[in-house]
Amino acid sequence: MTSQVSSEAGEALLGEQRSAPAEARPGAEKEVRRLDRVIIRFAGDSGDGMQLTGDRFTSETASFGNDLSTLPNFPAEIRAPAGTLPGVSSFQLHFADHDILTPGDAPDVLVAMNPAALKANIADVPRGGEIIVNTDEFAKRAMAKVGYATSPLEDGSLDGYRVHPVPLTTLTIEALKEFGLSRKEAERSKNMFALGLLSWMYHRPTEGTEAFLRSKFAKKPQIAEANVAAFRAGWNFGETTEDFAVSYEVAPATRAFPAGTYRNISGNLALSYGLIAAATQAGLPLYLGSYPITPASDILHELSRHKNFGVRTFQAEDEIAGIGAALGAAFGGSLAVTTTSGPGVALKSETIGLAVSLELPLLVVDIQRGGPSTGLPTKTEQADLLQAMYGRNGEAPLPVVAPKTPADCFDAALEAARIALTYRTPVFLLSDGYLANGSEPWRIPETGSLPDLTTAFATGPNHTLADGTEVFWPYKRDPETLARPWAVPGTPGLEHRIGGIEKQDGTGNISYDPANHDLMVRTRQAKIDGITVPDLEVDDPDGADTLVLGWGSTYGPITAAVRRVRREGGHIAQAHLRHLNPFPKNLGEVLARYGKVVVPEMNLGQLATLVRAQYLVDARSHTQVNGMPFKAEQLAAALKEAIDE
Amino acid sequence: MSESLLNLVPKAEAVQTMKDFKSDQEVRWCPGCGDYAVLAAVQGFMPELGLAKENIVFVSGIGCSSRFPYYMNTYGMHSIHGRAPAIATGLATSRRDLSVWVVTGDGDALSIGGNHLIHALRRNVNLKILLFNNRIYGLTKGQYSPTSEVGKITKSTPMGSLDAPFNPVSLAIGAEATFVARTVDSDRKHLTEVLRRAAEHDGTALVEIYQNCNIFNDGAFEALKDKDQAKEAVIRLEHGQPIRFGAENDKGVVRDPATGDLEVVTVTPDNEDRILVHDAHTPSPTTAFALSRLADPDTLHHTPIGVFRSVERPVYDTLMADQLDHAVEQQGEGDLGRLLAGNDTWTVVG
Repeated sequence: MTSQVSSEAGEALLGEQRSAPAEARPGAEKEVRRLDRVIIRFAGDSGDGMQLTGDRFTSETASFGNDLSTLPNFPAEIRAPAGTLPGVSSFQLHFADHDILTPGDAPDVLVAMNPAALKANIADVPRGGEIIVNTDEFAKRAMAKVGYATSPLEDGSLDGYRVHPVPLTTLTIEALKEFGLSRKEAERSKNMFALGLLSWMYHRPTEGTEAFLRSKFAKKPQIAEANVAAFRAGWNFGETTEDFAVSYEVAPATRAFPAGTYRNISGNLALSYGLIAAATQAGLPLYLGSYPITPASDILHELSRHKNFGVRTFQAEDEIAGIGAALGAAFGGSLAVTTTSGPGVALKSETIGLAVSLELPLLVVDIQRGGPSTGLPTKTEQADLLQAMYGRNGEAPLPVVAPKTPADCFDAALEAARIALTYRTPVFLLSDGYLANGSEPWRIPETGSLPDLTTAFATGPNHTLADGTEVFWPYKRDPETLARPWAVPGTPGLEHRIGGIEKQDGTGNISYDPANHDLMVRTRQAKIDGITVPDLEVDDPDGADTLVLGWGSTYGPITAAVRRVRREGGHIAQAHLRHLNPFPKNLGEVLARYGKVVVPEMNLGQLATLVRAQYLVDARSHTQVNGMPFKAEQLAAALKEAIDE
Repeated sequence: MSESLLNLVPKAEAVQTMKDFKSDQEVRWCPGCGDYAVLAAVQGFMPELGLAKENIVFVSGIGCSSRFPYYMNTYGMHSIHGRAPAIATGLATSRRDLSVWVVTGDGDALSIGGNHLIHALRRNVNLKILLFNNRIYGLTKGQYSPTSEVGKITKSTPMGSLDAPFNPVSLAIGAEATFVARTVDSDRKHLTEVLRRAAEHDGTALVEIYQNCNIFNDGAFEALKDKDQAKEAVIRLEHGQPIRFGAENDKGVVRDPATGDLEVVTVTPDNEDRILVHDAHTPSPTTAFALSRLADPDTLHHTPIGVFRSVERPVYDTLMADQLDHAVEQQGEGDLGRLLAGNDTWTVVG
C-alpha cells in the first residue's frame, strides 16, 4: 500500500487510499478535535492478540504519515495463566504530527481487555486519561483473581478518568452471528473490534488492516471475513454510539520527515536488512550461525526467508556451535554473523576470543535483555557493554558498535560490517530488546547510496625471504590498518594454518617466544585502537556547562528529555556514542569542555566506568534497570537536577 | 545418490606425492606416539585422492592429535576444545568445493565436544572426522578420558575412575551416523583402506582410530596389536564376507535367534551357514550397533575393525544449497532495493 503525504503548508492531503469508507467517514456528525500527538496503550491477556492489534494500528499510523514510536511489552511465558497480572501483554504506541523520539511516558488512552490489564496498567494513566474497558470480562471471579474486591467500574475508583465501558466480547459475538462460528471462535476477534473502534477514534486508514487480515487468513476465508467484520463493527460502533462523542485527528508529520519513501520498521527487521545489505555491498555470501534466543530469534527467522540472496542460515545445536559455524564460514570467505542475547554471548566468549586471535571478520550481534543469567528475557537492558568489551580470557580487544533507534539498526549493521571486513576482526553489535521490538518510520535508502564494502581476498605471495623466495605470510599486516590478509581455502599457493595458539608475527607459525607474545598482544590492541571512526557530534545550541552522554537505545528518551529541559530554559549539551570501542578520537576533548557530564544508562554505570577510566572525568551515572526504557519526564528531571547542582 | 560429492572439489593439476602434503613445521609429538603413524598414513593417502591441495582443509580442536593440521601442507585451523565439528560445519556448508577433515581425540570429541559431534553426525554434514582414541588425556598429562575403562588409575583418579566409558562406534551409530569405521594406528594398510572408504563417502564419516599414547597409556591396544593375541582379539569386518576370525579362522559371529543379539561361536559344519555376512550398507543400524557391542571394554577382546556402517542419506550441505537454488527459482535473485522497500510504504514530497 502506498499513500502520499505532502509537506506543503503542513496540511494533510488525504490520499484516497487512506480516507475512510464514505458510508463510515468518521466525524460526519460528531465533533472532531485536532491533536498534535497521542499515546495509546493496548493491554490484554497474552492470548488476546494485543501485539497484533498494536502492530496493525502502527501500520495504519505509519501509512497515514505520522511520526511514531512503539513499545511492545509482553511476558516471557508464551501463555501465562489467563486473567492474571503476570499474563498481561501490552503494546504502547506514540504518534504525532511532528517528530517524536520515544513511545511516550504515559498513555493518553488505555484499552483494557480484562481486569488484569486494567489493574496492571492503570497506574501509568494520568488522571483525565481515557480508558476503554471490555466490561464483559469484569465478572466477579475475574476481578477477584487480580484482587479487585469491588468492581472498579462501579466503586468510583476510576472517577478521575474518562471511562468508556464497552461490552467488546458481546458486541463482537453479535456482529459475527451470521458466520456460524462457535462462541469461542467469534470471541477471538474482539481485538479486531477494539482495533476498529480505535481506528475510528483516530481516523486511521483501514484498507491495510483489511488486506492484512485477508492475506493472513488466506487459507481460512471464513475467519478472514469474520475478522474484517469485527473490525468494521468496531468502527461503526464508534461512529454510531453516543458514548464516543468525539473523534481525533493527528495530522501527518509532514515537517518531521525529509522527502523520500518511508516504511515502518522494527529494530530486528532493520538489523536483518542491514546484514543482507552489507553482504550485498561486500559482494560476499551471508552466513548466519545462530541458536534461538529471545529477543534475537527474529533475525534468524527473517534471514531464513531470504535464501534467494544467497543467505545461509544455520540453526545450530547450541550457542557455541552457532558462532563456531559462523567462524568456519568466515574462514571460507563468507560475511559471517552470529546473533544472540547476553546469556548466549557468555557461551560464545571462547570462540570470540579465537576469532580475535584468528583475526577473521565476524559480526556478533547481541540483542541485550535483562540479566544476569536468564534475567528478564523479554525486557530491555544495556548491561552487556562490559561483557562485550572485556568478557574474554586474555587481552582480547574488539570493536563495539551500538545502534540508537530501531531504524538505525540498519546503518549500524553496515558500519559493523565495514569495520569487521576492513580490519579483519570480530565486531560486537549491541542492540537491545527495546530497539529490537520497537518500531519507527524509516526513510528507505537508495541502494546506490549504501557504502561500498568490497574487500579483496589475498591472491598471491606477500613477502620475500632473504634468499629471494616469494612466500605467503598469513600474519603480515597492512601497514595502515594492521589488518592481516584474508586468504580463503581454494586459493593455490596460500595454504596456511591458523589457530588459537600464539603466532609468530608475520609467519603465523606457533610461537612461545615471550617478546613475540608481547608484540602480538600490543599489535592486536593497536589494530583495534587505530580503527577509524567518525568524530563525536555534540548538540549544544546554548553553550551549556552540562553534557549528557549516552549510547545505544537511550537516544530517544535522552533526546526527548533534552528537549524538555531546553523548552524550560535549561542549558544542556547532548552527545550520543555509536562507537564504544574504539571511542571517537575527539571524545576526550569533548568531555573536557564541560563542567559536568551525565551518563544515563540502563545498567549500573558501565559506560560511565569506561569514560572515567579512560579520560579521568567525573562522569555522573544516572541509571535505571527496571527492564523498561527511560521515561523522558523522569530523565529530564534528573538532567535538571544535574544542571542546577 | 547420483554423483559423488568429491566431484565438486577441484582436482590437482599434477600428480602429487606424500611430500606435497608435508608442511614445513617440525612435528612435535612425543617420540613413539601413535600420531606419527596416522599422520604418515594420511599424508601418504592424500595424493591418491588427487584433489587440489588448496581445496583441502583440516580443522581440529584441542589435544595432542589436534596439532595435526599444522603438519599438513593444506589449509588448516587449530581451533578450540571440542568445537572443530561446529567450525567445520560452517566451512563445509558454505564451501562445497572443499574437502573438509576434522581431527579430534577422545576427550575433544566425546567429552567437551560431545554435543557438536552428535549433531554433525545426525545432520550428515560432508565432513571426514578422524577420532584419535587413546583412552587418556595426554596433553594435560594423564587424566582418564570418556573412553577410559572403569576403575582406571590416573592422576585425577588415584582410587580408580568411576565413569562408564563411551563406545565411540556405538555412540556414532546411535547419533544417526551414515558412515562409521574403526581402525588402528599401527596397521597402515587397514588405516589407509578405511580412509579411502571414508573419503569416498558422501556425508559425515566417523573414523575411530585406536592410537597408542606411549607416555600416559602405553599398550592400551596391545591386545589388538600383538600378533598372536590379535588373531583371537580382532574381528576384521569386510562388506559381503562372513564375519570370521581366529588363529585358525575358526571363530565366527552368529545371531542368537532367541535374543537377536550377536555372539561369537566356534565355527562347526553345523553352524557354518549361520555365520553372519557383514552388510555395511543395510539401512537398519541394528546389526552394526550389535557388532559395536561385541568387544569387551576392558580386554578389547573381540574388537571389530573396519567399516561398520556406510549408508546413503541426503547430505546437509547439499540440502542447504538446494534450498538456496529453490529460493532463487521461486522468488528470483535477491533484489536489495525491492527488499528494503517492502510493500507498505508512503512518500513524503519535498
